[in-house]
Amino acid sequence: MHDSARQTAEVAARDSFGRLSSWLAWQWRDIAAAEDALADALLKALQEWPEKGIPDSPDAWLLAVAKRQLLQWARHDRVRYDPAITVLFDDDEAAPAAPDIPDTRLKLLFVCAHPAIDKSIRTPLMLQTVLGLDAKDIAAAMLVSPTALAQRLVRAKQKIKDTGLRFEEPEARDLPERLHCVLEAIYAASGLERESVEGAEHKTRELQGEALFLCQLVCQLLPDSAEAMGLLALMALRNARQAAQWNADGRFVPLSQQDTALWDKVAIKRADQVLWEAAKLRQHGPFQLEAAIQSAHCHRLFFGFTPWKGIVALYDQLNTHYPTLGSQVAEAVALMHDGQAPLGLQKLDAMDAKSTRGFQPWWLTRAYLLAALDRNGEALGAIEVAIGLTESPKLKLHLLRVKADIG
Amino acid sequence: MQFMLIFSETADDVAKREHPEQSQAYWGAWNAYVGAMAQSGIVVSGNGLQSPHTGTHVQLRDGKRIIHDGPYADTKEMLGGYFIIEVPGLDEALEWAARSPNATTGTTEVRPVLVMAPPAN
Repeated sequence: MHDSARQTAEVAARDSFGRLSSWLAWQWRDIAAAEDALADALLKALQEWPEKGIPDSPDAWLLAVAKRQLLQWARHDRVRYDPAITVLFDDDEAAPAAPDIPDTRLKLLFVCAHPAIDKSIRTPLMLQTVLGLDAKDIAAAMLVSPTALAQRLVRAKQKIKDTGLRFEEPEARDLPERLHCVLEAIYAASGLERESVEGAEHKTRELQGEALFLCQLVCQLLPDSAEAMGLLALMALRNARQAAQWNADGRFVPLSQQDTALWDKVAIKRADQVLWEAAKLRQHGPFQLEAAIQSAHCHRLFFGFTPWKGIVALYDQLNTHYPTLGSQVAEAVALMHDGQAPLGLQKLDAMDAKSTRGFQPWWLTRAYLLAALDRNGEALGAIEVAIGLTESPKLKLHLLRVKADIG
Repeated sequence: MQFMLIFSETADDVAKREHPEQSQAYWGAWNAYVGAMAQSGIVVSGNGLQSPHTGTHVQLRDGKRIIHDGPYADTKEMLGGYFIIEVPGLDEALEWAARSPNATTGTTEVRPVLVMAPPAN
């Protein structure tokens, strides 16, 4: 078997999928067609390369084959396409394959997270079109039905094609809002929203690596975006503490009890530096504030204590301007640590009951606050609901221990 | 939209129901889960079922009754209970299914309830 040729084809698939498909999608204004054509090209590569040898530039080879495929489809269907586009392809085919492919992934990110696209499908759309993730894997990580997800992806791509959403970087005045949509979709993949409550569960799992990659990509393609840097710092700070989150027996260790020696000091300093650079750009936003809160939690590594007053002040800022379910709950936790449990409980109770009643971090925080106020009976009821809302067996175990401590 | 959550448990999990050391954790997990569902106001109806060995199977074949007790011998997972829930859609139903204690070792199936058309007049 020609394993090395097969491997090269596979590596090319992973490395260049996003770049090639977004370039094709941008040229063709049709994500689905671009992906199909590229998939065909990859299939041909896997058949041909093991026998004929690996071409000098696998990217260029794949792109040329995919383009030929697209062109063939277009000739069948020429009336439906803008002549300007097909001419572009004809020209390209005549020219020798140019290995220099412009990076159009940013344009694709903006299309995937376009306000006209349903919010719930933006993250999966990005993961599939930019990173080439399998819909089945995305479905498992995001806990949705694979069939339903596949249908939604098809519908979203159809909508992009039908409504002619522009594959362009937004104009300066739209940029902050449009970029926020992109970052929000990346944030959703990271599963970070519930991170600030101890024992709270991520709804999205196993996509942190992909989310980090996408965020780095945005930072690289749009270097002066403070919010993208803020999100990058936020993810880096979270990752830096990950090793301390579970002990040797697989038990969950709350942030306040984590051994700071297990935190990645270099990564924390680097993230702080990124956050500092972001601050210099003077563009305020929620991700920088969230990163600043996580950075404050890391103070314990350097100064031996957690600055709860400062954290409360940061949450106040965050929730005044950019409230989310997760950040409001996290503020209540911070208030408790700052000795203001009654105010924390008051804020918790003031939240919209409809959206909190199935929100595990809310019940968990309520339990912590009630226990802090010596209302143990009610605390037990709340933690019971939190346990019932928890999926991960390891976290369930942790919460059962918390429950035993209360009662 | 109504869905039935069908909880299938392994024989090991079923055995925990009466196990001197493990029954407390077993029932604790189910109580928390059912309590959270009730608190969320999504429960239409539902029940846990007694152990599979209490079941009786009835079949009619060629006009003859075939009756036998207990679970089928080669069954790996057994029906432990069911709930019918009212939620906005499949996404929410799956979220509830993932939280069910048996999902770790057994399976929870999510099925939309069949809506029958009213008889035409």
